[in-house]
Amino acid sequence: MKTDKETTAMRTGARCVIEGLEKVGCKVLFGYPGGAILDVYDELAKSDKIHFILPRHEQGAVHMADGYARATGEVGFCLVTSGPGVTNTVTGLATANMDGVPLVCISGQVATSIIGNDAFQEADTCGITRSVTKHNFFVRDVNDLPRIIMEAVYIARTGKPGPVLIDVPKDVQRAKTAVPFVEGFSRPGYKPSHEGHPRMITRLASIINNAKKPLLYVGGGVIASNTSDLVRELAHKSNIPVATTLMGLGAFPEKDDLALCMLGMHGLIASNKALEACDLLVSVGARFDDRVTGKISEFAPNAKIAHIDIDPSAIGKSVRCDLPVVGHLEPILKELLPQIHEAKREAWVEQCLKWKEEDPFTYPQSPTGAIMPQYVIEQIDEVSKGNALICTDVGQNQMFSAQFFRHNQPRHFLSSGGLGTMGFGLPAVIGAQIGCPKKLCVCVTGDGGMQMNAQEIVVAVEHKLPINVVILNNGYLGNVRQWQDMFYNRVHSSTILTQNNRPANEHIECEEENPPYLPDFIKLAEAHGACAKRITKAEDVAAALKEAFDSPKPWILEFIVEPESNVMPMIPPAGTVADTIRTFK
Amino acid sequence: MKHIINAIVENQPGVLARIVGLFSGRGYNIDTLNVGPCADPMLSRMTITVLGDDHVLEQVIKQLNKQVDIVKVLDLTSLRHLERELILVEIGAPRNKRPEIMDIATLFRAEIIGVRENSLTMQYIGTQEQIDDFLAMIRPYSIMDLSRSGVLAVSRGGE
Repeated sequence: MKTDKETTAMRTGARCVIEGLEKVGCKVLFGYPGGAILDVYDELAKSDKIHFILPRHEQGAVHMADGYARATGEVGFCLVTSGPGVTNTVTGLATANMDGVPLVCISGQVATSIIGNDAFQEADTCGITRSVTKHNFFVRDVNDLPRIIMEAVYIARTGKPGPVLIDVPKDVQRAKTAVPFVEGFSRPGYKPSHEGHPRMITRLASIINNAKKPLLYVGGGVIASNTSDLVRELAHKSNIPVATTLMGLGAFPEKDDLALCMLGMHGLIASNKALEACDLLVSVGARFDDRVTGKISEFAPNAKIAHIDIDPSAIGKSVRCDLPVVGHLEPILKELLPQIHEAKREAWVEQCLKWKEEDPFTYPQSPTGAIMPQYVIEQIDEVSKGNALICTDVGQNQMFSAQFFRHNQPRHFLSSGGLGTMGFGLPAVIGAQIGCPKKLCVCVTGDGGMQMNAQEIVVAVEHKLPINVVILNNGYLGNVRQWQDMFYNRVHSSTILTQNNRPANEHIECEEENPPYLPDFIKLAEAHGACAKRITKAEDVAAALKEAFDSPKPWILEFIVEPESNVMPMIPPAGTVADTIRTFK
Repeated sequence: MKHIINAIVENQPGVLARIVGLFSGRGYNIDTLNVGPCADPMLSRMTITVLGDDHVLEQVIKQLNKQVDIVKVLDLTSLRHLERELILVEIGAPRNKRPEIMDIATLFRAEIIGVRENSLTMQYIGTQEQIDDFLAMIRPYSIMDLSRSGVLAVSRGGE
């Protein structure tokens, strides 16, 4: 990188961090202070450009930055201290890394003179985070700091986005430099812009034009690259049905006739049937995750597979690829579209529609008259008129949200897809609401996931964020309980969250009758200053949602739902569409 | 099968750990590893030999290529290339054994680089196969110390 001869006043490394963040457009910073990052926090207090949010746990900080980034498309920023501060971010960084979310995390470190001496709050941050970040930096010399901050942000948001960590020792924060911030980036090993090979694009157009039964398989890459409109144009021009991954929900409107909704393990049967029947599968920004492919040898058995992806390592990783197109979706789709012929494909589209009608997402009624969790999701869709930004936790609540809400807009379904991080939902919805203050943000979580980061309720309260948290309380770790019922002879090892009926070695002696709800989420919410209500009857669901959605305050709604409802349909792990389980009791 | 992988990387701390992590994370053991500066002092060349499944290694190479501080990675195995390894070995050599040992050295064109009263230290450069042959010849004598550089390789006819 060229450094201008331009002179900058001497300032400390800590000042540089804040200046750099301001320079790259950081408007919101999530973080938790501590000894090794105090100098930066001291400078932060002087900034009038950066709004600071204090979560109550560093994991919350990263998930908030992540939710912010997913909802807005901008880079999320966090600032934590050394040792435990940064080890607490690891789950959040790994979550963002798996899902390609642009984050920059700055961590304090003990002074360079005592690194490796088992100093107080010392951890080998770069070592620990190396495999859960897109890249990380250790800053040895304050003169490198301005360059590194610019590089980190560039790396985070270009190519396949991802989290980048900068580890800044305390003495580097205090040392002074006059090195200016310089725009531009040049590292010999990182050239993220690809237009896509023109010959490959032409070949892709030709196989699409010649296909009788093509299928678009759309993933999170379409959302990350803001190319939903182009995908819609492609689908309509050539009448290609569209199946979406969990990460791709919202990339193609599900109200569209060509939409086959989510595919894969808990996908719409129609989309999995189409996958089996298609003669051409065009993957757009998806990565053939095992939750999508099932049994690899029988994945899309009749199809040629074309794969458009920014990440060359995604090509052929798990599934054979007949035609790879590596590069950014936008230029590729723009070059592809004029070469695509208009086509009707009446029989094929008809067939897909028929499959859709035959097997919609359905659920049974509760034998005891309890609220069905799927019904709550349908009502969220209904009451919000389809406009809610849904942020899920992980497990049944996540799958029900994917299945029973009609996803029509990109960046309106945020979920930890790759890593499957429980405890993601609440902090992520807080980040999303901060990024999108006008949107109706709804977190759908379970009684398990809610307890993983419940401490963050207070952030929503103190910042007066009108988030809505929907807890589907079934008294179980529901998804694991479902797997135990289906594949482990109904042995409920460690999945019962209520105090009764646990297996013998988890048994709890109760002197008196247990309180009916433990923890009492209503009291928990109220202790933090949030509004809360417990709903036990189906007829009260809509009204409760409406009250919360209309309110400018943070709301926690606890729905006591059917304890043993299952996510259906299900293709068992490494199965095929023929193995689909439709109902299970 | 055995793969010889060449990686041009930025000459910076952390790069080696990143590379090694991508192999060890998949349970692959690196047989030999060699690092040295390139013509451009900002860059280093690493030569890695590893035994492994072709498909898995293809994925490892793609992952390596993706890293910010790794400039280029090449699997030389199926390309035209030259490879050499250097070995230093000290052999117990009492006066009466010396002629035989020096005979072996001459046959292999190994160099004697150190002589002590009861030992000889030899340097030998060759392909891994030649080195194995050389070692087979000297193994009957008492090997006091042995150090192998690991394979160095370059592709032929430019990159």
